[in-house]
Amino acid sequence: MSVITYRQALRDTLRAEMLRDDNVLLLGEEIGLFEGSYKITEGLLNEFGEKRVRDTPISEEGFVGAAVGAAMMGLRPVVELMTINFSLIAIDQIINHAAKIYGMFGGQTSVPMVIRTPGGGGQQLGATHSQNIELFYAFVPGLKVLAPSTPADAAAMLRAAIRDDDPVMLLENLGLYNSKGEVPDGDESVAEIGRAAVTREGGDITLIGYSRMAAVGRQVAEQLAEEDISVEVVDLRSLRPLDRQTVVDSVRKTGCAVIAEDDWLTYGIGAEIAASIQEGAFDYLDAPVRRVAMAEVPLPYAKPLENAALPSAESITTAVKETLSAVGKRVG
Amino acid sequence: MADTAKAKGGGTARSTGGRRRSRKDSTTSATGGTTSGVADEKPDVLLDYYRRMLLVRRFEERTGQAYTQARIGGYCHLNLGEEATVVGLMESLQERDYLYTNYRDHGYAIHKGMSPRRVMAELYGRTDGVAKGWGGSMHMYDTQTRMLGGYGIVGGQLPLATGAALAVSYRGGDEIVMCQLGDGTTNIGAWHEALNLASLWNLPIVYAIVNNFTGMGTTVEKSSAEPDLYKRGSAYRIEGVRVDGRDVLAVRDAAVDLVEKARSEQRPYILECTSYRLKGHSVVDPAKYRTEEQVAQARANDPLAAFEDQLEKAGVLTEDKKKEIADSVKDEVADAADFAENSPPPDVSTLFDYTYATPVANESRRMPADPVFAE
Ligand SMILES: Cc1ncc(C[n+]2csc(CCOP(=O)(O)OP(=O)(O)O)c2C)c(N)n1
Ligand SMILES: [Mg+2]
Repeated sequence: MSVITYRQALRDTLRAEMLRDDNVLLLGEEIGLFEGSYKITEGLLNEFGEKRVRDTPISEEGFVGAAVGAAMMGLRPVVELMTINFSLIAIDQIINHAAKIYGMFGGQTSVPMVIRTPGGGGQQLGATHSQNIELFYAFVPGLKVLAPSTPADAAAMLRAAIRDDDPVMLLENLGLYNSKGEVPDGDESVAEIGRAAVTREGGDITLIGYSRMAAVGRQVAEQLAEEDISVEVVDLRSLRPLDRQTVVDSVRKTGCAVIAEDDWLTYGIGAEIAASIQEGAFDYLDAPVRRVAMAEVPLPYAKPLENAALPSAESITTAVKETLSAVGKRVG
Repeated sequence: MADTAKAKGGGTARSTGGRRRSRKDSTTSATGGTTSGVADEKPDVLLDYYRRMLLVRRFEERTGQAYTQARIGGYCHLNLGEEATVVGLMESLQERDYLYTNYRDHGYAIHKGMSPRRVMAELYGRTDGVAKGWGGSMHMYDTQTRMLGGYGIVGGQLPLATGAALAVSYRGGDEIVMCQLGDGTTNIGAWHEALNLASLWNLPIVYAIVNNFTGMGTTVEKSSAEPDLYKRGSAYRIEGVRVDGRDVLAVRDAAVDLVEKARSEQRPYILECTSYRLKGHSVVDPAKYRTEEQVAQARANDPLAAFEDQLEKAGVLTEDKKKEIADSVKDEVADAADFAENSPPPDVSTLFDYTYATPVANESRRMPADPVFAE
């Protein structure tokens, strides 16, 4: 076991996959000479050369679409989009092309590509650079959308994404790149796409999150344990396909749920989870499902405003405690 | 503009001079080039092109008919008036070369090698269709013949084709990619991004612009600040050539020239083919925005009629030959329609067969009224 950062887990996995398979090539802005805006591709240009680590012009629609075309020919391109905000420039190629080509042509050609891109607010980057718009992609059949919250998952999911024959979006998170976690030495595990995980067991309440919110959720659960509150944490891990069963099984056990999401509440991922819970665990619910989500504003730059708008350990704790009071469970 | 006017009005010889053209001709109009005329060509080849063009014509007429009878649904765009361009371009490709097109794709599908039967079956939405009924008119696709799709989103095919050329180059293959697009499509961002990447990365690709002077109802002059479309690659140092798309030999010569240059030099090229859309934008479009004069002009520029006339005058197409070809094409199209008619529609049980190539846990397979949790 070694303790490494989320960033290093991604980098090591990219490197190992490139060594394993010549068809894997990287495309993206500033991934070569600059070694990546967030240094995920550090050292890779040196090791693999320009053919396999291809710096692109600022041309998201062009190079994402080119990756789709290259994938149609059997290469396994891994595209880095500097942040998820810029994916909007490429959205036609992602939604109208990458996600459609396998089905629209009757299953003749798959599109084995990966788009890696970080989302996340909290870096004082202002409204256009702080969005969590994973929902747009999670909405679309044909895409697979993953959102790891730990270094081990980042590695195992990236490995799965590269080896999968469908277009996969791997959503990274600016707030998680420096986070650390245990990864088994010589780890070769390939995550199963479409599976959530109960990352902490508990009996009083279910706390559901993904990406940064799953990580924060685990911290909250740890703190609340000191107050004798037993929180079960479900990390969604895969936003499409969505593992509703794991969520519902947990809620059937605990009888109540809080969803923590870094996106906007209205129509957000949490709305889908809440709807699934009422469909799958209606008779087991002792309180309304609560959602903790971003305030519905374009995220401001000034720190106090930004902090106030984003979900946090505090806001999740509040929602958990209020939900437990509502069901008449003792709150520490 | 002068070139556009020339191409529109001109009935003169229209070859680029094929491989004879020198490098310094880059980004020039080809309308004034040397003739590679009917006289230089083997009769068999000429008759073959004539038959191919006629096949597109009759196939599309039949498609229009079937559409009106509600046997074909959705949007349906025909190659009527573009037969010489379709055949000339497809003649320039080797079997191993790849093709991407827009939604006006029936003729390309057939002449890249798909059987008219299976193209018609796709139009009918049947299991024997090239895409098993999942694509329809705008989305002909066949891995075998290497036509990697007709695409309904204007410009969508451009980055894809560019990426396919990247894959060819990555592997050091000697295939090229041809990417067809319409005149209106030269105004979308994807065009410019694709050209820039193709030039930067030295990709073996020929972008073939089919300039029928209109995108739906909007003319080139109203949509392109540079209406000489073959020049639009100049900002990316991509050589462009314009050819009269009504002249199958000229299109073939120009296309062969650029295809082989793309292959040997590993460079992108642009070929603009000018022609007229004989009918509306799609089957349902009565094209009321066209003036009488424009309609007459399109008719007067019918490439099939012109080629037929040329071949008759040259003594290549005799009355007997003409009838023989007409009959065999008629039979082939009727056979395609019968085949489509008799092919079974897809079974609803196959609805979830093609969402993912790699099976995945928790993939939703619920039908509209199903509960999310069926226990
Ligand atoms: C992105 C996008 N915008 C608009 C449309 C609607 N549309 C379909 S075809 C077309 C005109 C395209 O003209 P051109 O490129 O000249 O091709 P042509 O139809 O003449 O072959 C338009 C606007 C579309 N399909 N996709
Ligand atoms: Mg047009």
